[in-house]
Amino acid sequence: MAAPIVIVGAGQAAASFISRHVTLGSQQPVLLIGDEAHPPYQRPPLSKKYLLGALERERLFIRPLEWYADQAVELRFDTRINSIDRDLKKIITNDGESIEYDKLLLCTGASARSLPADIGGTLDSVFTLRSIADIDKMSPQFQAGRKLLIVGGGYIGLEAAATSRQLGLEVTVLELADRILQRVAAAETSNYFRDLHSGHGVDLRESVRMTRLLSEDGAVRGAELESGEVIDADLVLIGIGSSPNTELGQAAGLDCDNGIRVNEICQTSDPGIYAAGDCTSFFRNGQQIRLESVQNAADQGDLVARVLAGEAVTYTALPWFWSDQYDCKLQIVGLNQGHNHTVIRPGANASSMSVWYYRDAELLAIDSMNEPKSYAFGRKIIEAGKHPTAAQVADPATDLKALAMS
Amino acid sequence: MANITWIMEDGSEISAEVKDGLNLMEAATANNVPHIEGECGGCLSCATCHVFVDPAWFAKTGEIDDIEDTMLEMTDVEREDNSRLSCQIVASAALDGLILRVPEPE
Repeated sequence: MAAPIVIVGAGQAAASFISRHVTLGSQQPVLLIGDEAHPPYQRPPLSKKYLLGALERERLFIRPLEWYADQAVELRFDTRINSIDRDLKKIITNDGESIEYDKLLLCTGASARSLPADIGGTLDSVFTLRSIADIDKMSPQFQAGRKLLIVGGGYIGLEAAATSRQLGLEVTVLELADRILQRVAAAETSNYFRDLHSGHGVDLRESVRMTRLLSEDGAVRGAELESGEVIDADLVLIGIGSSPNTELGQAAGLDCDNGIRVNEICQTSDPGIYAAGDCTSFFRNGQQIRLESVQNAADQGDLVARVLAGEAVTYTALPWFWSDQYDCKLQIVGLNQGHNHTVIRPGANASSMSVWYYRDAELLAIDSMNEPKSYAFGRKIIEAGKHPTAAQVADPATDLKALAMS
Repeated sequence: MANITWIMEDGSEISAEVKDGLNLMEAATANNVPHIEGECGGCLSCATCHVFVDPAWFAKTGEIDDIEDTMLEMTDVEREDNSRLSCQIVASAALDGLILRVPEPE
Protein backbone atom coordinates (compact mmCIF):
# COMPACT_ATOMS: atom_id res chain seq x y z
CA MET A 1 0.00 0.00 0.00
CA ALA A 2 1.22 3.49 -0.77
CA ALA A 3 2.52 5.53 2.15
CA PRO A 4 -0.02 7.95 3.64
CA ILE A 5 -0.02 11.69 3.93
CA VAL A 6 1.27 12.15 7.47
CA ILE A 7 0.32 15.21 9.50
CA VAL A 8 2.38 16.07 12.56
CA GLY A 9 0.43 18.28 14.97
CA ALA A 10 -3.30 17.92 15.62
CA GLY A 11 -4.58 21.50 15.62
CA GLN A 12 -6.76 23.75 13.50
CA ALA A 13 -4.53 23.52 10.41
CA ALA A 14 -4.61 19.72 10.49
CA ALA A 15 -8.40 19.61 10.90
CA SER A 16 -8.83 22.06 8.06
CA PHE A 17 -6.53 20.02 5.81
CA ILE A 18 -8.49 16.84 6.52
CA SER A 19 -11.87 18.53 5.96
CA ARG A 20 -10.81 19.77 2.55
CA HIS A 21 -9.10 16.49 1.67
CA VAL A 22 -12.38 14.70 2.38
CA THR A 23 -14.54 17.27 0.57
CA LEU A 24 -12.34 16.96 -2.52
CA GLY A 25 -12.85 13.19 -2.47
CA SER A 26 -9.13 12.51 -2.27
CA GLN A 27 -8.52 8.82 -1.68
CA GLN A 28 -5.00 8.92 -0.29
CA PRO A 29 -4.89 7.71 3.33
CA VAL A 30 -4.11 10.23 6.05
CA LEU A 31 -2.39 9.63 9.37
CA LEU A 32 -2.71 12.41 11.96
CA ILE A 33 -0.25 12.41 14.85
CA GLY A 34 -0.75 14.71 17.84
CA ASP A 35 1.15 15.10 21.09
CA GLU A 36 -1.96 15.90 23.11
CA ALA A 37 -4.71 13.54 24.26
CA HIS A 38 -7.41 15.09 22.05
CA PRO A 39 -8.45 15.34 18.42
CA PRO A 40 -7.99 18.82 16.87
CA TYR A 41 -9.83 21.41 18.93
CA GLN A 42 -10.54 25.13 18.95
CA ARG A 43 -8.08 27.07 21.06
CA PRO A 44 -9.80 30.49 21.12
CA PRO A 45 -12.53 29.45 23.61
CA LEU A 46 -9.90 28.17 26.07
CA SER A 47 -9.32 31.60 27.59
CA LYS A 48 -13.04 32.43 27.45
CA LYS A 49 -15.94 29.99 27.67
CA TYR A 50 -13.85 26.95 28.55
CA LEU A 51 -12.03 28.67 31.42
CA LEU A 52 -15.40 30.03 32.51
CA GLY A 53 -16.73 26.48 32.66
CA ALA A 54 -19.44 27.33 30.14
CA LEU A 55 -18.39 24.88 27.42
CA GLU A 56 -17.94 21.12 27.66
CA ARG A 57 -14.66 19.79 26.39
CA GLU A 58 -16.22 17.83 23.51
CA ARG A 59 -17.68 21.04 22.12
CA LEU A 60 -14.15 22.36 21.63
CA PHE A 61 -13.42 19.55 19.21
CA ILE A 62 -13.48 20.81 15.62
CA ARG A 63 -14.92 17.45 14.56
CA PRO A 64 -16.11 14.70 16.88
CA LEU A 65 -13.68 11.86 17.46
CA GLU A 66 -15.82 9.37 15.49
CA TRP A 67 -15.77 11.62 12.44
CA TYR A 68 -12.11 10.83 11.73
CA ALA A 69 -12.73 7.09 11.69
CA ASP A 70 -15.67 7.63 9.31
CA GLN A 71 -13.31 9.47 6.94
CA ALA A 72 -10.73 6.67 7.20
CA VAL A 73 -8.28 9.04 8.88
CA GLU A 74 -6.04 7.33 11.38
CA LEU A 75 -5.42 9.27 14.60
CA ARG A 76 -2.60 8.88 17.08
CA PHE A 77 -2.59 10.86 20.29
CA ASP A 78 0.11 11.49 22.91
CA THR A 79 2.79 10.85 20.32
CA ARG A 80 5.80 13.05 19.80
CA ILE A 81 7.95 12.93 16.72
CA ASN A 82 11.67 12.94 17.34
CA SER A 83 13.05 13.33 13.86
CA ILE A 84 12.42 13.33 10.14
CA ASP A 85 14.48 11.22 7.76
CA ARG A 86 13.98 13.19 4.56
CA ASP A 87 15.98 10.81 2.38
CA LEU A 88 13.91 7.77 3.32
CA LYS A 89 10.70 9.84 3.75
CA LYS A 90 10.13 8.57 7.28
CA ILE A 91 9.45 10.11 10.65
CA ILE A 92 10.62 8.58 13.90
CA THR A 93 8.44 8.73 17.02
CA ASN A 94 9.75 9.15 20.55
CA ASP A 95 9.22 5.40 20.97
CA GLY A 96 11.59 4.76 18.10
CA GLU A 97 8.89 3.68 15.68
CA SER A 98 9.48 4.73 12.12
CA ILE A 99 6.56 5.78 9.93
CA GLU A 100 6.79 6.25 6.18
CA TYR A 101 5.14 9.21 4.50
CA ASP A 102 4.32 10.06 0.94
CA LYS A 103 3.84 13.76 1.80
CA LEU A 104 4.47 15.25 5.23
CA LEU A 105 2.49 18.18 6.64
CA LEU A 106 3.95 19.93 9.68
CA CYS A 107 1.29 21.61 11.83
CA THR A 108 3.37 21.83 14.97
CA GLY A 109 1.94 25.14 16.15
CA ALA A 110 3.55 27.35 18.73
CA SER A 111 4.32 27.16 22.44
CA ALA A 112 3.53 29.72 25.09
CA ARG A 113 6.63 31.43 26.40
CA SER A 114 7.18 30.99 30.10
CA LEU A 115 9.36 32.83 32.57
CA PRO A 116 12.83 31.45 33.30
CA ALA A 117 12.96 29.15 36.34
CA ASP A 118 15.42 31.42 38.15
CA ILE A 119 12.79 34.16 38.41
CA GLY A 120 9.98 31.82 39.36
CA GLY A 121 8.70 30.42 36.07
CA THR A 122 8.36 26.87 37.41
CA LEU A 123 6.70 27.62 40.76
CA ASP A 124 3.37 26.00 41.61
CA SER A 125 0.34 28.03 40.55
CA VAL A 126 2.23 29.73 37.71
CA PHE A 127 0.46 28.96 34.47
CA THR A 128 0.58 29.48 30.74
CA LEU A 129 -2.52 29.22 28.55
CA ARG A 130 -2.38 27.31 25.31
CA SER A 131 -4.00 23.90 25.67
CA ILE A 132 -6.94 22.04 27.19
CA ALA A 133 -4.47 20.54 29.68
CA ASP A 134 -3.36 24.05 30.72
CA ILE A 135 -6.94 25.07 31.50
CA ASP A 136 -7.81 21.80 33.20
CA LYS A 137 -4.80 22.36 35.45
CA MET A 138 -5.58 25.97 36.32
CA SER A 139 -9.36 26.15 36.40
CA PRO A 140 -9.88 24.39 39.77
CA GLN A 141 -7.77 27.18 41.29
CA PHE A 142 -9.61 30.01 39.57
CA GLN A 143 -12.00 30.63 42.47
CA ALA A 144 -13.80 33.85 43.37
CA GLY A 145 -11.82 36.07 45.69
CA ARG A 146 -8.39 34.72 44.80
CA LYS A 147 -5.72 37.09 43.58
CA LEU A 148 -4.57 36.55 40.01
CA LEU A 149 -1.56 38.29 38.54
CA ILE A 150 -1.32 38.30 34.76
CA VAL A 151 2.10 39.02 33.30
CA GLY A 152 1.66 40.51 29.83
CA GLY A 153 -1.10 42.73 28.46
CA GLY A 154 -1.61 41.05 25.09
CA TYR A 155 -4.81 39.43 23.83
CA ILE A 156 -4.41 36.19 25.79
CA GLY A 157 -3.71 38.04 29.03
CA LEU A 158 -6.62 40.42 28.53
CA GLU A 159 -9.07 37.66 27.60
CA ALA A 160 -8.03 35.72 30.70
CA ALA A 161 -8.41 38.90 32.76
CA ALA A 162 -11.97 39.37 31.51
CA THR A 163 -12.92 35.74 32.18
CA SER A 164 -11.30 35.83 35.62
CA ARG A 165 -13.22 38.95 36.59
CA GLN A 166 -16.40 37.17 35.51
CA LEU A 167 -15.36 34.34 37.84
CA GLY A 168 -14.90 36.84 40.67
CA LEU A 169 -11.11 36.84 40.96
CA GLU A 170 -9.12 39.95 41.82
CA VAL A 171 -7.00 40.65 38.77
CA THR A 172 -3.81 42.66 38.23
CA VAL A 173 -2.22 42.91 34.77
CA LEU A 174 1.41 43.91 34.34
CA GLU A 175 2.63 45.27 31.02
CA LEU A 176 6.26 46.04 30.37
CA ALA A 177 5.57 48.36 27.43
CA ASP A 178 4.02 51.78 27.91
CA ARG A 179 0.62 50.46 26.91
CA ILE A 180 -1.24 47.16 26.68
CA LEU A 181 -1.50 45.64 23.17
CA GLN A 182 1.44 47.78 22.12
CA ARG A 183 2.90 45.12 19.83
CA VAL A 184 -0.35 44.47 17.97
CA ALA A 185 -2.54 47.58 18.00
CA ALA A 186 -2.65 51.36 17.81
CA ALA A 187 -2.85 53.53 20.92
CA GLU A 188 -6.59 54.13 20.36
CA THR A 189 -7.31 50.40 20.58
CA SER A 190 -5.10 50.12 23.68
CA ASN A 191 -7.00 53.02 25.24
CA TYR A 192 -10.33 51.36 24.53
CA PHE A 193 -9.30 48.12 26.23
CA ARG A 194 -7.59 49.90 29.12
CA ASP A 195 -10.89 51.69 29.85
CA LEU A 196 -12.86 48.48 29.41
CA HIS A 197 -10.73 46.53 31.88
CA SER A 198 -10.39 49.37 34.38
CA GLY A 199 -14.17 49.72 34.29
CA HIS A 200 -14.44 46.04 35.22
CA GLY A 201 -12.13 46.44 38.19
CA VAL A 202 -8.86 45.14 36.74
CA ASP A 203 -5.75 46.77 38.22
CA LEU A 204 -3.88 47.46 35.00
CA ARG A 205 -0.24 48.56 35.28
CA GLU A 206 1.70 49.66 32.23
CA SER A 207 5.43 50.54 31.89
CA VAL A 208 6.11 48.13 34.72
CA ARG A 209 9.03 45.75 34.87
CA MET A 210 8.65 42.67 37.00
CA THR A 211 11.96 41.40 38.36
CA ARG A 212 10.89 38.06 39.83
CA LEU A 213 8.07 36.01 41.24
CA LEU A 214 8.11 35.45 45.00
CA SER A 215 7.36 32.12 46.59
CA GLU A 216 6.49 30.39 49.81
CA ASP A 217 6.95 26.61 50.14
CA GLY A 218 7.36 26.22 46.38
CA ALA A 219 4.14 28.04 45.51
CA VAL A 220 3.92 31.53 44.13
CA ARG A 221 2.80 34.27 46.50
CA GLY A 222 3.42 37.40 44.49
CA ALA A 223 5.74 39.39 42.28
CA GLU A 224 8.42 41.94 42.88
CA LEU A 225 8.59 44.95 40.59
CA GLU A 226 11.69 46.89 39.62
CA SER A 227 10.43 49.73 41.82
CA GLY A 228 10.65 47.38 44.80
CA GLU A 229 6.90 47.19 45.12
CA VAL A 230 5.49 43.74 45.86
CA ILE A 231 2.20 42.60 44.39
CA ASP A 232 0.47 39.75 46.23
CA ALA A 233 -0.87 36.91 44.14
CA ASP A 234 -2.26 33.42 44.70
CA LEU A 235 -2.03 32.59 41.02
CA VAL A 236 0.08 33.87 38.13
CA LEU A 237 -0.66 33.60 34.44
CA ILE A 238 2.18 34.26 32.02
CA GLY A 239 0.95 35.81 28.76
CA ILE A 240 4.13 37.00 27.11
CA GLY A 241 3.65 35.57 23.64
CA SER A 242 4.58 32.34 21.98
CA SER A 243 7.36 30.80 19.93
CA PRO A 244 6.87 28.68 16.83
CA ASN A 245 7.58 24.96 17.23
CA THR A 246 10.30 24.67 14.62
CA GLU A 247 12.66 22.23 16.35
CA LEU A 248 11.60 19.22 14.29
CA GLY A 249 11.84 21.11 11.01
CA GLN A 250 15.07 22.79 11.95
CA ALA A 251 16.73 19.52 12.97
CA ALA A 252 15.73 18.10 9.59
CA GLY A 253 17.45 21.00 7.87
CA LEU A 254 14.34 22.82 6.65
CA ASP A 255 14.75 26.59 6.18
CA CYS A 256 13.42 28.37 9.26
CA ASP A 257 13.13 32.05 10.13
CA ASN A 258 10.90 32.67 13.15
CA GLY A 259 8.85 29.77 11.81
CA ILE A 260 9.25 27.07 9.19
CA ARG A 261 9.61 28.96 5.96
CA VAL A 262 6.96 28.14 3.38
CA ASN A 263 6.33 29.41 -0.13
CA GLU A 264 3.02 30.54 -1.64
CA ILE A 265 1.72 26.96 -1.68
CA CYS A 266 2.83 26.25 1.92
CA GLN A 267 5.70 24.08 0.76
CA THR A 268 8.85 24.07 2.88
CA SER A 269 12.37 24.03 1.45
CA ASP A 270 11.82 20.26 0.96
CA PRO A 271 9.21 19.85 -1.80
CA GLY A 272 7.81 16.72 -0.14
CA ILE A 273 7.15 18.55 3.13
CA TYR A 274 4.46 21.18 3.68
CA ALA A 275 3.71 23.25 6.76
CA ALA A 276 0.64 25.16 7.93
CA GLY A 277 -0.51 27.31 10.83
CA ASP A 278 1.26 29.07 13.69
CA CYS A 279 4.54 27.24 13.01
CA THR A 280 5.03 28.76 9.55
CA SER A 281 6.63 31.94 8.35
CA PHE A 282 5.92 33.30 4.90
CA PHE A 283 6.46 36.31 2.68
CA ARG A 284 3.69 38.91 2.65
CA ASN A 285 3.67 42.63 1.87
CA GLY A 286 7.41 42.71 1.32
CA GLN A 287 8.38 41.01 4.57
CA GLN A 288 8.71 37.62 6.19
CA ILE A 289 5.83 37.24 8.67
CA ARG A 290 4.33 34.69 11.03
CA LEU A 291 0.67 34.77 12.07
CA GLU A 292 -0.90 33.17 15.10
CA SER A 293 -4.51 32.84 14.18
CA VAL A 294 -7.31 30.46 13.42
CA GLN A 295 -7.81 32.06 10.02
CA ASN A 296 -4.21 31.49 8.97
CA ALA A 297 -4.11 27.93 10.27
CA ALA A 298 -7.45 27.03 8.68
CA ASP A 299 -6.70 28.68 5.34
CA GLN A 300 -3.19 27.25 5.05
CA GLY A 301 -4.37 23.74 5.97
CA ASP A 302 -7.16 24.03 3.43
CA LEU A 303 -4.72 25.27 0.79
CA VAL A 304 -2.33 22.33 1.25
CA ALA A 305 -5.19 19.87 0.67
CA ARG A 306 -6.06 21.68 -2.56
CA VAL A 307 -2.43 21.77 -3.66
CA LEU A 308 -1.99 18.04 -3.04
CA ALA A 309 -5.18 17.41 -5.01
CA GLY A 310 -3.60 19.20 -7.95
CA GLU A 311 -5.37 22.55 -7.78
CA ALA A 312 -3.41 25.59 -8.95
CA VAL A 313 -3.94 27.81 -5.92
CA THR A 314 -1.70 30.12 -3.90
CA TYR A 315 -2.03 31.58 -0.42
CA THR A 316 -3.38 35.10 -0.61
CA ALA A 317 -6.08 35.05 2.08
CA LEU A 318 -6.75 38.31 3.88
CA PRO A 319 -5.98 37.81 7.59
CA TRP A 320 -8.69 38.27 10.20
CA PHE A 321 -8.81 37.82 13.95
CA TRP A 322 -11.22 38.23 16.81
CA SER A 323 -11.30 38.54 20.58
CA ASP A 324 -14.18 38.59 23.06
CA GLN A 325 -13.74 40.42 26.35
CA TYR A 326 -16.72 41.11 28.66
CA ASP A 327 -19.40 42.47 26.32
CA CYS A 328 -16.91 43.67 23.72
CA LYS A 329 -16.54 41.85 20.45
CA LEU A 330 -13.28 42.86 18.80
CA GLN A 331 -12.97 41.92 15.13
CA ILE A 332 -9.85 42.66 13.14
CA VAL A 333 -9.27 42.47 9.42
CA GLY A 334 -5.97 42.98 7.62
CA LEU A 335 -2.45 43.43 8.94
CA ASN A 336 -1.57 46.79 10.43
CA GLN A 337 2.24 46.42 10.26
CA GLY A 338 3.75 49.38 8.49
CA HIS A 339 0.87 51.77 9.14
CA ASN A 340 1.78 55.43 9.66
CA HIS A 341 -1.53 56.85 10.78
CA THR A 342 -4.95 55.81 12.01
CA VAL A 343 -8.46 57.13 11.55
CA ILE A 344 -11.16 56.69 14.18
CA ARG A 345 -14.68 55.90 13.12
CA PRO A 346 -17.13 56.55 15.96
CA GLY A 347 -19.64 53.83 16.67
CA ALA A 348 -23.36 53.92 17.32
CA ASN A 349 -22.80 54.11 21.09
CA ALA A 350 -20.11 54.78 23.67
CA SER A 351 -18.85 51.20 23.65
CA SER A 352 -18.44 50.93 19.89
CA MET A 353 -15.81 52.33 17.56
CA SER A 354 -13.35 51.24 14.92
CA VAL A 355 -9.72 52.09 14.24
CA TRP A 356 -8.66 52.18 10.58
CA TYR A 357 -4.95 51.74 9.86
CA TYR A 358 -3.40 53.51 6.90
CA ARG A 359 -0.01 53.68 5.24
CA ASP A 360 -0.37 57.08 3.61
CA ALA A 361 -3.57 56.75 1.57
CA GLU A 362 -3.57 52.94 1.59
CA LEU A 363 -6.00 51.18 3.96
CA LEU A 364 -4.24 48.23 5.63
CA ALA A 365 -6.37 46.99 8.50
CA ILE A 366 -9.30 47.70 10.81
CA ASP A 367 -9.86 47.02 14.53
CA SER A 368 -13.57 47.04 15.14
CA MET A 369 -14.93 47.11 18.69
CA ASN A 370 -18.66 46.29 18.88
CA GLU A 371 -18.86 47.73 15.39
CA PRO A 372 -19.43 44.71 13.10
CA LYS A 373 -20.28 46.91 10.12
CA SER A 374 -16.75 48.32 10.05
CA TYR A 375 -15.41 44.77 10.12
CA ALA A 376 -17.79 43.22 7.57
CA PHE A 377 -17.83 46.06 5.06
CA GLY A 378 -14.23 47.01 5.83
CA ARG A 379 -13.22 43.51 4.84
CA LYS A 380 -15.02 43.92 1.52
CA ILE A 381 -13.42 47.32 1.04
CA ILE A 382 -9.92 45.94 1.65
CA GLU A 383 -10.54 42.84 -0.48
CA ALA A 384 -11.70 45.07 -3.32
CA GLY A 385 -8.47 47.09 -3.02
CA LYS A 386 -10.35 50.29 -2.20
CA HIS A 387 -8.92 53.06 -0.09
CA PRO A 388 -11.57 55.37 1.34
CA THR A 389 -10.34 58.77 2.53
CA ALA A 390 -9.88 59.63 6.19
CA ALA A 391 -12.80 62.05 5.96
CA GLN A 392 -15.11 59.38 4.58
CA VAL A 393 -14.18 56.87 7.27
CA ALA A 394 -14.35 59.34 10.16
CA ASP A 395 -17.84 60.52 9.19
CA PRO A 396 -20.41 58.28 10.91
CA ALA A 397 -22.89 59.25 8.19
CA THR A 398 -20.79 57.50 5.53
CA ASP A 399 -22.56 54.35 4.37
CA LEU A 400 -19.84 51.68 4.49
CA LYS A 401 -21.93 49.21 2.55
CA ALA A 402 -22.30 51.67 -0.31
CA LEU A 403 -18.56 52.33 -0.14
CA ALA A 404 -17.84 48.59 -0.32
CA MET A 405 -20.19 48.05 -3.26
CA SER A 406 -19.34 51.19 -5.23
CA MET B 1 -33.71 16.21 19.88
CA ALA B 2 -34.41 17.56 16.42
CA ASN B 3 -34.11 15.85 13.08
CA ILE B 4 -32.32 18.27 10.76
CA THR B 5 -31.88 17.85 7.01
CA TRP B 6 -29.27 19.64 4.94
CA ILE B 7 -29.81 19.67 1.17
CA MET B 8 -26.86 20.33 -1.15
CA GLU B 9 -27.06 22.07 -4.49
CA ASP B 10 -26.78 18.73 -6.32
CA GLY B 11 -29.87 17.52 -4.46
CA SER B 12 -28.07 15.14 -2.13
CA GLU B 13 -29.24 15.18 1.49
CA ILE B 14 -27.78 14.61 4.91
CA SER B 15 -30.07 14.11 7.89
CA ALA B 16 -29.13 13.84 11.54
CA GLU B 17 -30.65 13.75 15.00
CA VAL B 18 -29.24 16.79 16.81
CA LYS B 19 -29.12 17.12 20.59
CA ASP B 20 -30.93 20.08 22.14
CA GLY B 21 -28.59 22.98 22.82
CA LEU B 22 -26.12 22.28 20.03
CA ASN B 23 -26.01 24.89 17.32
CA LEU B 24 -26.53 23.83 13.73
CA MET B 25 -23.01 24.79 12.61
CA GLU B 26 -21.63 22.29 15.14
CA ALA B 27 -24.21 19.75 14.04
CA ALA B 28 -23.28 20.26 10.38
CA THR B 29 -19.53 19.82 10.89
CA ALA B 30 -20.12 16.76 13.10
CA ASN B 31 -22.21 15.21 10.34
CA ASN B 32 -19.84 16.05 7.52
CA VAL B 33 -22.08 18.53 5.73
CA PRO B 34 -19.83 20.08 3.09
CA HIS B 35 -19.27 23.86 2.80
CA ILE B 36 -20.16 24.53 6.44
CA GLU B 37 -16.84 25.48 8.02
CA GLY B 38 -17.53 27.48 11.17
CA GLU B 39 -13.94 28.69 11.45
CA CYS B 40 -14.66 31.14 14.26
CA GLY B 41 -16.42 28.50 16.33
CA GLY B 42 -19.74 30.33 16.28
CA CYS B 43 -18.74 33.78 17.52
CA LEU B 44 -20.02 35.67 14.48
CA SER B 45 -16.72 36.56 12.88
CA CYS B 46 -16.34 34.36 9.81
CA ALA B 47 -19.72 33.89 8.08
CA THR B 48 -18.68 30.40 6.89
CA CYS B 49 -21.77 28.56 8.17
CA HIS B 50 -24.31 30.23 5.87
CA VAL B 51 -27.53 28.33 5.14
CA PHE B 52 -30.84 29.02 3.44
CA VAL B 53 -33.68 28.03 5.74
CA ASP B 54 -36.69 26.36 4.17
CA PRO B 55 -39.21 29.25 4.03
CA ALA B 56 -41.83 27.24 5.94
CA TRP B 57 -39.37 27.00 8.85
CA PHE B 58 -37.74 30.39 8.73
CA ALA B 59 -39.75 32.08 11.50
CA LYS B 60 -39.15 29.16 13.87
CA THR B 61 -35.37 29.56 13.70
CA GLY B 62 -35.55 32.72 15.81
CA GLU B 63 -34.63 36.39 15.47
CA ILE B 64 -31.60 37.63 13.54
CA ASP B 65 -29.70 40.09 15.73
CA ASP B 66 -27.75 43.08 14.43
CA ILE B 67 -24.38 41.33 14.39
CA GLU B 68 -25.66 38.32 12.49
CA ASP B 69 -27.51 40.62 10.11
CA THR B 70 -24.26 42.47 9.40
CA MET B 71 -22.17 39.30 9.11
CA LEU B 72 -24.65 37.91 6.58
CA GLU B 73 -23.38 40.67 4.29
CA MET B 74 -20.03 38.91 3.95
CA THR B 75 -21.07 35.38 3.07
CA ASP B 76 -19.39 33.81 0.03
CA VAL B 77 -22.73 33.18 -1.66
CA GLU B 78 -24.90 36.27 -1.49
CA ARG B 79 -27.58 36.33 1.20
CA GLU B 80 -31.26 35.93 0.50
CA ASP B 81 -34.35 36.64 2.59
CA ASN B 82 -34.14 33.21 4.20
CA SER B 83 -30.39 33.32 4.97
CA ARG B 84 -29.09 32.49 8.43
CA LEU B 85 -25.71 31.80 9.98
CA SER B 86 -26.32 28.31 11.27
CA CYS B 87 -24.15 28.84 14.38
CA GLN B 88 -26.95 31.07 15.60
CA ILE B 89 -29.69 28.44 15.29
CA VAL B 90 -29.87 26.22 18.35
CA ALA B 91 -31.41 22.77 18.14
CA SER B 92 -34.60 22.11 20.10
CA ALA B 93 -37.72 19.99 19.69
CA ALA B 94 -39.40 22.97 18.00
CA LEU B 95 -37.02 22.53 15.06
CA ASP B 96 -37.68 18.81 14.56
CA GLY B 97 -37.96 18.33 10.80
CA LEU B 98 -36.09 21.52 9.86
CA ILE B 99 -34.75 21.69 6.30
CA LEU B 100 -31.67 23.76 5.41
CA ARG B 101 -30.18 24.32 1.99
CA VAL B 102 -26.41 24.64 1.80
CA PRO B 103 -24.98 27.22 -0.61
CA GLU B 104 -21.84 26.19 -2.45
CA PRO B 105 -19.24 28.86 -3.07
CA GLU B 106 -17.59 28.93 -6.51
